[in-house]
Amino acid sequence: MTIPDTSATPVPRDAEPIKAIPVRHPGRWVAIAVIAVLVAMFVHLLVTNSAFQWKFMFQNMFTPPVMRGLVGTVTITVLAMIIGVVLGVIVAVARLSNNPILRGTSWAYTWFFRAVPRYVLLIVMGNLGILWPRLEIGVPFDTYLGKLFGLENAHWRLFGISTRELLVGFWVGVLGLALSEAAYMAEIVRAGMMSVDPGQDEAATALGMSRGQALRRVVLPQAMRVIIPPTGNETIAMLKDTSLLIAVPVTAELFFQLSAIGNRTFQVFPMLVAAILWYLFLVSILLVGQYFLEKRFSRGYGRADKAKMKLEGLAAEHGANPELP
Amino acid sequence: MSDQARHRAPDDDAEPVVRLGGEVAEPVVRAGGDAAEPMVRAENVHKAFGHVKVLRGIDVTVPRGNVCVVLGPSGSGKSTFLRCINHLEKIDAGRIWVDGKLVGYQQKGDKLYELHDKAVAAQRREIGMVFQRFNLFPHMCALENVMEAPTMVKGQSKAESRRRGIELLDRVGLADKAGNYPSQLSGGQQQRVAIARALAMDPKLMLFDEPTSALDPELVGDVLDAMKDLARSGMTMVVVTHEIGFAREVGDQLIFMDDGVVIESGAPREVLANPQHPRTRDFLSKVL
Repeated sequence: MTIPDTSATPVPRDAEPIKAIPVRHPGRWVAIAVIAVLVAMFVHLLVTNSAFQWKFMFQNMFTPPVMRGLVGTVTITVLAMIIGVVLGVIVAVARLSNNPILRGTSWAYTWFFRAVPRYVLLIVMGNLGILWPRLEIGVPFDTYLGKLFGLENAHWRLFGISTRELLVGFWVGVLGLALSEAAYMAEIVRAGMMSVDPGQDEAATALGMSRGQALRRVVLPQAMRVIIPPTGNETIAMLKDTSLLIAVPVTAELFFQLSAIGNRTFQVFPMLVAAILWYLFLVSILLVGQYFLEKRFSRGYGRADKAKMKLEGLAAEHGANPELP
Repeated sequence: MSDQARHRAPDDDAEPVVRLGGEVAEPVVRAGGDAAEPMVRAENVHKAFGHVKVLRGIDVTVPRGNVCVVLGPSGSGKSTFLRCINHLEKIDAGRIWVDGKLVGYQQKGDKLYELHDKAVAAQRREIGMVFQRFNLFPHMCALENVMEAPTMVKGQSKAESRRRGIELLDRVGLADKAGNYPSQLSGGQQQRVAIARALAMDPKLMLFDEPTSALDPELVGDVLDAMKDLARSGMTMVVVTHEIGFAREVGDQLIFMDDGVVIESGAPREVLANPQHPRTRDFLSKVL
């Protein structure tokens, strides 16, 4: 190194681009050959095996009952997710609150609904009528309280409804899936909230904001970036879990309708393949949606984005026009 | 309660600022004088995190309009003390008054009652705070950051908050950056927005927690200028910093903390020129 001449600005010099032989990957070619053989075998199976009954399958996978089941599956997925997300946020906020009662209650909720399998939960929900033939609103423990005051068979109740009327399949299904979903969403939201820099909450607090205001205006909006991707996964899982609704039972659902056709016609396998194709189609749509949602919520957070913004900020600080692509 | 109509426009500079100079050097707490009630009065403040005693009896008095600079090695409890003043940390023993009101508690007779969250939040509204890591809200642009608390907390109209927000951003020299998001601003710009954000609540006291420690050296000057401007306008400030130059230039009072106690205090020029305690001397020899 020579001592640079301060009077002249250094001029960038041209350089010869590197020309090197790239590393060879023979393993990849072997893998391609193996995969090609397996794919050929699979296609051969699809075309030659008569058990697939392709014509029968295509004739039956778009029938009106199946389409009604499709609408049911999508509707229940949407409703269960909306209720699940809202309830999940509430449970997560309660879990992170300073109030020990809220904290304990939300912990118990999450513990219970995460521990019970969805299928079992749905069966139980469908059978709640065994526990309470009628649901009534009134004073709790009224018969016991009545005895205290010397009254036999005290019934201090405002109104009641038969559980047989209340527990219609569709809403029990939605509620069962939503309650279970809320427990998982609560964990996701909690993780999202904990990922936000504690300095944010502190800054909001120091400005005199209440805890609710700090949550709503500062913490939750920033937690969204972490919450969105796993919520997409949860929605996909929910769509598939609607096939468990037979446990309630709910019949206006895709898988039940497809397998019903299969059972009725003794062509079980083609209708199972039809179910796979339908789920592949629905989940693919959701994946496209998730891709755009993630892109939307990670704006300004990518490494390249961040560097670009930093550059703009620094250039602006020195009063120069940032030169950017 | 102070008068509501107090506006801190830059032209307040013209007024002669009352400074109590050497008087504040003596750390004696004089109780009783309501008219001359200091802005901050801390008496024998103790704070421990688990077994670690961070504050072990702090007595500090900051008169109105004064700038109190807190110096000391890291881990000496400076930041913790600052955070106790607006009750971000609960103190274990002692008392802190801001503008004559007990912070975080209410004294009725000989009983001390904890204040409800809402009442604590109301106290914090009058105390602005600036953090080492700025803590701007990254999902809001500079102007929205400044407008947020007045609209949400004070219920001020959006139009009024916007007008005042632009005025404050202009005061810290960033009116042209109002629409930029924090990630589009340099550290120095972010910290100046943070100062404007705190001022938007019209606080009567400003706390600064090492406001320039996270900045590139070349960006420190702008932030210090904004703080000097604020000090000249008569704002009461408590500043935890390592900027000795700032302490000497605008500080009315300097306290030196070590291991949870104030080991030396007085007029900044005197303490800096002629430190009495060996720990102060040792620290200053390393910093200066």
